[in-house]
Amino acid sequence: MTVDVTQFHQVFFEESLEHLANMETGLLQLDAVGNDPELINVIFRGAHSIKGGSGTFGFQAVAEFTHLMETLLERIRSGKAAISPEITAALLESVDALRDMINALQAGTDADPTRSASLQQRLAALLAGAEGAAPDSSAAKQTPSSAGSSGDGGWRIRFRPHRHIFQTGNDPYRILRELAALGELEVSVDVSAVPPLLDMEPESCYLSWDLLIQGQITRAEIDEIFAWVEGDCDLNIQPLTNQKTPVAALKAAEARPAGEKAVPAVAEGRPAAERRQGEGESIRVGIEKIDAIINMVGELVITQSMLSQLGAAVNELNPAALENLRDGLAQLERNTRELQEGVMRIRMLPISFAFSRFPRLVHDLSLKLEKKVELKVSGEQTELDKTVMEKIGDPLVHLVRNAIDHGIELPEARKAQGKPETGQIQLDAYHQGGNIVIEISDDGAGLNRERIAAKARERGLLPEGEPFDEQRVIDLIFEPGFSTADVVSDVSGRGVGMDVVRRNIRDLGGNVDVTSQPGQGSRFTIRLPLTLAILDGQLVRVGNHIYVAPLVSIVESLQMHTERVNVVAGRGEVYRLRDEYIPIMDLRGMFGIKAADAKLADSLLVVVEGEGKKVGLVVDDLLGQQQVVIKSLESNFKPVAGISGATILGDGTVALILDACQLVNMACSSAADADSVSGQLTAAA
Amino acid sequence: MSTLNAMQNDIGLGVAVNADQYLTFMLAGEEYGVDILRVQEIKGWGKVTPIPNTPDYVRGVMNLRGTIVPIIDLRKRFNMEQIAYGPTTVVIVLKVECEGNNRIMGIVVDAVSDVYAVPSDELRPSPDFGGNVNVEFVRGLATVDEKMVIILNIDKLLNLGDLEIASHAE
Repeated sequence: MTVDVTQFHQVFFEESLEHLANMETGLLQLDAVGNDPELINVIFRGAHSIKGGSGTFGFQAVAEFTHLMETLLERIRSGKAAISPEITAALLESVDALRDMINALQAGTDADPTRSASLQQRLAALLAGAEGAAPDSSAAKQTPSSAGSSGDGGWRIRFRPHRHIFQTGNDPYRILRELAALGELEVSVDVSAVPPLLDMEPESCYLSWDLLIQGQITRAEIDEIFAWVEGDCDLNIQPLTNQKTPVAALKAAEARPAGEKAVPAVAEGRPAAERRQGEGESIRVGIEKIDAIINMVGELVITQSMLSQLGAAVNELNPAALENLRDGLAQLERNTRELQEGVMRIRMLPISFAFSRFPRLVHDLSLKLEKKVELKVSGEQTELDKTVMEKIGDPLVHLVRNAIDHGIELPEARKAQGKPETGQIQLDAYHQGGNIVIEISDDGAGLNRERIAAKARERGLLPEGEPFDEQRVIDLIFEPGFSTADVVSDVSGRGVGMDVVRRNIRDLGGNVDVTSQPGQGSRFTIRLPLTLAILDGQLVRVGNHIYVAPLVSIVESLQMHTERVNVVAGRGEVYRLRDEYIPIMDLRGMFGIKAADAKLADSLLVVVEGEGKKVGLVVDDLLGQQQVVIKSLESNFKPVAGISGATILGDGTVALILDACQLVNMACSSAADADSVSGQLTAAA
Repeated sequence: MSTLNAMQNDIGLGVAVNADQYLTFMLAGEEYGVDILRVQEIKGWGKVTPIPNTPDYVRGVMNLRGTIVPIIDLRKRFNMEQIAYGPTTVVIVLKVECEGNNRIMGIVVDAVSDVYAVPSDELRPSPDFGGNVNVEFVRGLATVDEKMVIILNIDKLLNLGDLEIASHAE
């Protein structure tokens, strides 16, 4: 039976990572609530599933490792051992090591074997300790390195699988391998039942085995291994009275074990060769979302057939049919919109996927920094686009890390200020309009304005004597390379980060706000679009072309007054807007559009903001606002300066979407080098 | 005439096994061919949205059932004299391989002509024209019914790297 199992690898990896996440959550809760049998069960089941899967797919290292974890958990579950902080810590580290191993398998690289080896030893030691005075110290036996322990006793097993065993999804080889992990195993295979090649059915099992296993093994352990195939085989298990008993049958079939040994080489070689396959990203979607879409498509088909019927009946003399047609069209519109929403929702995942790693992070980090921190999470079910989720993960980690490192004070310091010893970090997510808002707040020290200012002066980011207000302070912490930490640690202090945080968030079309009260804590508010596929746009007319400006980047739009336009020598034109001067860009010139009424006086100015700078775009008219579906211009063409993509308007024509950040940068570089821009403009025109 | 051609080709198809089929189109009185397997569809000329700061032969982008497709004017690409788009003006939508990516692009031509089967060994290398069409873009010349058909290499012709260079040169 050679079913290509590599096709299931990806599923195994994903499921394993999910199990690991569950185990991690469970372990962390165990820390808080102590010995909860239900939690231990959850953790145990996770380890057990991973062990089973990895055994089936031939990921030996993972299987052995999880086996050890499972054994330890089993002892705890059965009350033979008590849960202790050391055990939790070791198990947490094991979860990390396993995750690395699985990630490495997935990427087709090799995990660091020393780490898992040392952890295995630690687990084995814990196991031995947990075992205490129990007679059969299985710790040594469970460790693969000492698998060959030669105690007295053992078992002789006659294993005769029924013909159909493969169809039940069982693999005798896996069973043999599990047995081999228990102790020294001698295998002899009985090939007498194998028919001539012509009569052989490829999916039937003709082989049976005589097994001799030595070591201190309980009957229960062997029974557990065969539990899956019970009823699908004839099994005869007898204790060995004398371990030295030679097995005559073994001698007769000595060539067979060699044949058997060739199998693992193949089985383990396959993942190595093909593990890169199937790395295409996938997404797990709730069945109810799919059902909803199927329903909507059904509705759509009904509406479509209704419309085509009506279409045949419509003529000018039949006003009733016309009325029906209109109703039908309205229904079609509703169906399409619902279908679109349904399809968009497939990509939406609850933010708990991103939040789930924080309990662990807070746990580890607070231990390390000797701070007491409590994490409160709310709004985990708030959904957002998978792509957005993937990109927001790292910035969130950074902000939470900062909150613990810089925000929350040491317990004594908190006590001295009359605050509870345990600091609080609150993660919150909710929808607001078409955005998702993520808030990270702490009740720590807040931003230290004096220290930030001092550091900024030291680094020359803030000129001496220049006043600074709240906004300036906040801008400073987002400057590249800025850090107030006195000691650079692996937690923070290198000043790499906040600028990256802000850039990542802006790349997603969002923004981040900070409020801070000295001694009361700080709050970071991240606002992100729900999805990268749809954008709220302001339609603007330039000449006779329509462009879309992202609503989120528009600060304001106003009628231009020519007397407020000043030409700064060699630096282009600026517009005086209240008390600030902003550079203006005439989109007609920029984009080489000839317009009959190209006079600034009649034009409108759309002020957009990108990367903290503003620029005024001169357009002919403001049209409506609408949600537009973003289409890539690059997939069939190439990036165009100042344009972030394209969309399709209601009439089927294509409109280009303006890229505020790029336009601002273009305006700034044009201010710096006016010649090149005027050259560019003439080239464009 | 063209029906006859098509029929002959249909008959020819059954015989010549290693003959490739080419869709031909007219451009300034000359007949050009592209590999028919690369042709996704043929559609009439419609409104396009121009893209700022691109070479003039990039007419703009068109909405092809939800995909944004750039449209290249072949007359302009070959620096030929411009004519007004008429009722026969069509857009041939092609699948282009470019730097390992598959792209969909459209070319504007005067009219579509026919489909020919040309055995690969009858494809002659092209001499240097020194004319409108860069030799690089020509895969070969084929003779069908005493007529010359210029078979184009669309991957080279619609290579965006070259488009980029062209736009910088301006």
